[in-house]
Amino acid sequence: MTAREAGLVACRRCARVWPMGTERCGRCGSHLVSRDTASLGRVWALWFAGVICYIPANTNPMLITQTLLSSSSSTIVGGAVELLNHGAVGVAIIILIASVLIPVGKFLAIAYLAISVRRGSNVSARRRHHLYEVVEFIGRWSMIDVFVVAILSSLVQLSVVASIHPGSAALTFALSVIFTMLSAQAFDTRLFWDTKDQRNDTT
Amino acid sequence: MPVGPPNLCRMNGAMSVASADDTTPGRADTLGGVPLDALMACPQCDALYEARMPKEGERAVCARCHTVLIAPKRKAGLKIIALTLAVIILVFSALFFPFLTIDAGGFGNKASILDSASSFQSGPMVFLSVAVAGMIIIIPLVRTLLILYVLVPVVLDRTPYAHARRAFRLTQELKPWAMAEIFAIGCAVALVKVADLAHIGFGPAFWMFAVLVIIVLVNDNYLCTWSVWKSLELDQQEA
Ligand SMILES: [Zn+2]
Ligand SMILES: [Zn+2]
Repeated sequence: MTAREAGLVACRRCARVWPMGTERCGRCGSHLVSRDTASLGRVWALWFAGVICYIPANTNPMLITQTLLSSSSSTIVGGAVELLNHGAVGVAIIILIASVLIPVGKFLAIAYLAISVRRGSNVSARRRHHLYEVVEFIGRWSMIDVFVVAILSSLVQLSVVASIHPGSAALTFALSVIFTMLSAQAFDTRLFWDTKDQRNDTT
Repeated sequence: MPVGPPNLCRMNGAMSVASADDTTPGRADTLGGVPLDALMACPQCDALYEARMPKEGERAVCARCHTVLIAPKRKAGLKIIALTLAVIILVFSALFFPFLTIDAGGFGNKASILDSASSFQSGPMVFLSVAVAGMIIIIPLVRTLLILYVLVPVVLDRTPYAHARRAFRLTQELKPWAMAEIFAIGCAVALVKVADLAHIGFGPAFWMFAVLVIIVLVNDNYLCTWSVWKSLELDQQEA
């Protein structure tokens, strides 16, 4: 039995239940909605913002390295390829996973989950919920690339010998990660668990 | 971590909200005889339970989606307060000691955490400096201070301070944005990235920061949000 079936509305922040129609949780002060059907609009808007920021994040340079002889700038993927050439396979893989595989996987996963809520899905609610938890858990880790750029740009300032500066992709990449995190957070996961009939009741 | 037997009694379909005339007129605050404040709903999937405190060392887990609902720990309040004080001391000392050092071809440089956070300086990149400083220093520190503010009165059995509930809600909202542990792993990646360009060393602040990250993670593990909400609610009724 769900809180909704019992005629109650649950607080997503503190788990307290109130009679249906209560607007604000008397325990923690959160705004109460039984099913946040408007959440999908927010999910999609933030999703698009994240995807749009991700494009310049890949085409523009992430790092600009100046050494005695040369100045070179590298994109996310370019930087990983460089590491591969230097034999640092492990780190190259970490960077590719954190800044390519995870962001792209997240975009696909959120889009799939949002579509499945609207259209219904043959995949069980438990599995979709599990996918959502994975997205929430690993989403933050994409920020690691931005932190690496911050560390390198502050540390590698060795006069004429070598210096590293952040490229504009650091900003767009960070924005992309932030928008995608907000998009995932906007999801009302309770929508996975409602059966088709219940969903029709609400709309 | 032992997962105990189901500590929650799942509410089944036969119940309905007591009609208004069963209770005080105009309000339905029981469900099949159980007062609403003895119930809880899974925040993730809306399954309804009669909330019971699990035995020590056990956790109450949602039968439907496996979200951990209640996870009380022995003397958690005192442990959290002690760890929180350690975090505050570590943050302030880590800020001012050198964090990473580098040398190559006779040139050397030192960077503190603040230098790293403020390395984006031109135009719109300033936004990035603010975000990075927030995620690795300010938000973890603010969360820690707020948790202290909320828990000290609870542990001492006093009335909570003003706005304790708003403060605790903020700590939960900020949780995903505290990224100190990700920054710590980022240091390791940065180290490997420039390994053939220069030699990087760890300053004292790095080790303080590493300890801090572990404490923050352990701390969140001790914190059972449901138990805290419950005690904040009790205090409110007494007041
Ligand atoms: Zn609440
Ligand atoms: Zn659940």
